[in-house]
Parts: sequence; C-alpha cells; structure tokens
Amino acid sequence: MNSDKIRAVIAKHARLSIDAQTLADDSDLYEAGLTSLTTVNLMLALEDAFDIEFPDNKLGRKTFESIRSISEVLNELAGA
Amino acid sequence: MSTFTSDHHADLPAVLETLHAIGRDIVAPNAESVDREARFPTEAFDALKAQKYLSCYVPVEYGGMGLSLTDVTRMCEVLGQYCASTAMVFAMHQIQVACIVDHALGAPFFQGYAREMVQHQYLIASATTELGIGGDVRSSICAVQVDGDRFTLEKQAPVISYGAMADAILVTCRKSADASPSDQAQVLVRKSDVTLTRLAPWDALGFRGTCSEGFTLKSQGAAEQILPVPYADIHRRTMHPFAHCVWSSLWLGLATDAVQRARTAVRAEARKNPSVTPISATRLAEVDNVLFSMRGGIRQTVAEYQRVLNDPSSEAASGFAFAIAINSLKLTSSQLVVDIVGKAMLICGIAGYRNDSKLTLGRHLRDAYGAALMVNNDRILGQSATMQIVQR
Repeated sequence: MNSDKIRAVIAKHARLSIDAQTLADDSDLYEAGLTSLTTVNLMLALEDAFDIEFPDNKLGRKTFESIRSISEVLNELAGA
Repeated sequence: MSTFTSDHHADLPAVLETLHAIGRDIVAPNAESVDREARFPTEAFDALKAQKYLSCYVPVEYGGMGLSLTDVTRMCEVLGQYCASTAMVFAMHQIQVACIVDHALGAPFFQGYAREMVQHQYLIASATTELGIGGDVRSSICAVQVDGDRFTLEKQAPVISYGAMADAILVTCRKSADASPSDQAQVLVRKSDVTLTRLAPWDALGFRGTCSEGFTLKSQGAAEQILPVPYADIHRRTMHPFAHCVWSSLWLGLATDAVQRARTAVRAEARKNPSVTPISATRLAEVDNVLFSMRGGIRQTVAEYQRVLNDPSSEAASGFAFAIAINSLKLTSSQLVVDIVGKAMLICGIAGYRNDSKLTLGRHLRDAYGAALMVNNDRILGQSATMQIVQR
C-alpha cells in the first residue's frame, strides 16, 4: 500500500485539525477535519503526486473518507 | 443536473447515455475532419440511424419512439457537446419531423410516410429561404402548381442544409399561382422526385458540417404530399418554436463543452499548487454562472412550449406572449453562447486558441458566432419590437 505517500500529501494539503502522522489507514478523514472544500485541495495534490486524474465518478465522499479508500482508488486507476 | 420531469419519456436517461457513448466514440473523433473538410457527419448519422433516433419524435403507434419536444432538446444538448454541426443537422431534421408529426398525421399519406420514416430512417431537410426574398421565411415567390393529383414545384433556394444528403425536403411555397406571398403551403418532396442544381457551395466560418449549399430545386410528386394545413399554422405552432428550442439546446451543449474544457485547464493549473485556488478558478465560477443563466432560460422556455404542445386546444401559441418568449430564447441563447465560449477561451489561454491542442476552442468559437445569424437576430428583435408595443 502507498499509505505513507498518501499520508504525506494529507499532511501537506488536507488542512486537518490533527497531525496526519497519527492517522490510521482506516481513520475517518472527515472526522479528522477534512471538508468538502479541502477535499478539492487534497484531490489536486494527489493527482499531482501520483500523476493520475480522478474521473468524475470517483470524486465522491467515499473516495476520500480514509487513507485506505484513497489507496484503493489509486490502485484501481493505476491498474486501468 | 440530470433531473427529469413528467415531460420526459421514461426511456430518456437510457437514450442520453447511449447518445453520450455515440458522442465519445464516433461524433467527437470525427468532429475535427467534419469541420476542416466541411463534410457531412456520415459516421455520426450512421450511428444515430442504427439506434432509430432519426424517428424518435414519431409517435409509437407509427413505430417511432414517441419522445417529446423536451426529450429531443436534451438529445440536441448532448450531441452539441461533441460536434455542433452534427447536433445542428440532427436538430434541423427533427424540426421537419415535428412539422409532419404535429400537423399532417390526420392525412393517410402522411400516416404511411411516418411509418416509412421509421423503417428507412429518412433524413429530412428544409427549403424555406428563397432568392429574391432573403430570410423572411413567411413569404414565398415560388408556388406549387397542382394539376389533378400531381404537383410540380420549382424553387431557387440560397440555402438547403444537407440538401444533397437528404432523403426528402420540406419546401415552403405559395399555395397556388394566384396566392399572395404569405399564403404559403409546405410540400414534402422526395429525393427520387427532385433535381437539385447547385447554386452556391458552403464554405463558411462555422457549422461547416451542415453542408448548407444553395440549390435550384425542381420537383414533382403526388398532390397528397402537400401538408394538409396552411404553413402559417405550422410555422406558428411548430417551425418557429421548435426550431428555437432545439437550436438553443445544441448551443447549450456547445457552451457546456467549452466550459468543461476550461475546467480541465483550471484543474491542471490548480494541481501545480493545490493549496491555492488559482485566479482562473474564479473565472471558471463566473463563466459557469453565465452557463447557469443560459440553461435556466432554455429549460423554462422549453417547459412553456411543452405545456402548449400537451394541450392541443391551447391558443397560447397564437399569442404575442408566447412568440416573444420564443424570440427571447433565441436572442439570449445565441448571445450567451458567444459570451461563454469567449470566457472559456480566456481561461484556457493559448491552449484554447491553438487549433492543435486538446483544449482547442477554435471550432466552438466559429460555430458560436453562427447562432445569431441563422434567422438573423435583428429580424427577430424587430418582430419582438412590434409585438412589445401591444404586449401586456
């Protein structure tokens, strides 16, 4: 899993209220302070870091709710 | 955004999904060559015919899909996102189908013709404007000559869009040799009964794939091919409102794609510095706001016309209020589409200005400028001005 790289992007761009290093892979990012607007910053940063583009159908709350869910979508996009 | 009301056929979401697939796989890949070579979008129409979409407005009892005006506008909007020329040909064809469906199905000949349209997926063109008259489609010089059960008709038409590719042409003319210029009839002319001699080629700024060449049209046929009601009624209830609803809708599709290209540009820029929302995103929010107004005006006017269609006894179509609303739809949409594409161009920057980039907006801009000219906005504004004096 690429969770460490994702965690680093979250630390830099998601503007959470807690230290991203304390997040477990299954921690709820929205509970940790992610909002619908900061999701946009996070998405853009992930696209840049992983050199991918999220399709419209992956732009929902489900994709960004945890490091694990992000990782699964990234793996799916990388495999596509 | 995909909200559907009772004015929509139950199958519409599936139809639009199929249209998007055709748009992505067939229409968009050919849009550039259709534009550059000013050629008919053959591939697109083969695909649309395979789905029987050319007869989508024909009632189910005659074998068609029974879609509504509202449905057809949504289809035009989708096609407009991939190639405005393809969408324009589709829209103009549906206007002709609507003239027949809404006014002629009381006549046995046209009942049979409706079934034929479905079976053979006929493409129907229109010959309204005439040399010596200009753009006033409510006046004709030529007249249909009826002799027994046959007619002959000759017209000098400066523009018959896709005339050379059509299976039939609906031609406006005076109803007889002694009729006044505005006492018109509409005649269905079959390809097998017509001789088209080219008067003018079609090398225009935009909508190049509509192949809107000029022709001298010489035709003959059975007298029953003359539509059974005066053209004045067809024009007021169908040709005028239907045309402006489907045209505006395809311009909306064109504008929507331009904004989508702008969004792609902004997203690429935003990715470089995800913590800061770039200025171009503010411009994107602005242009999307204009798109919102355009869409709102179109949805509202289409709904108004649909109400008129749903109530055949309604006299609303004869009133100035309705005619002004339809004129306003045309005037507003044709101006907003230029505004929106121009704003999208600013956002895309040089990538939008280039002809060879993924985000090019050259074709969009050229097509957009055609909107104000097809039935010139000044003519429409002049008619509205006269009506406004007494409208209350």
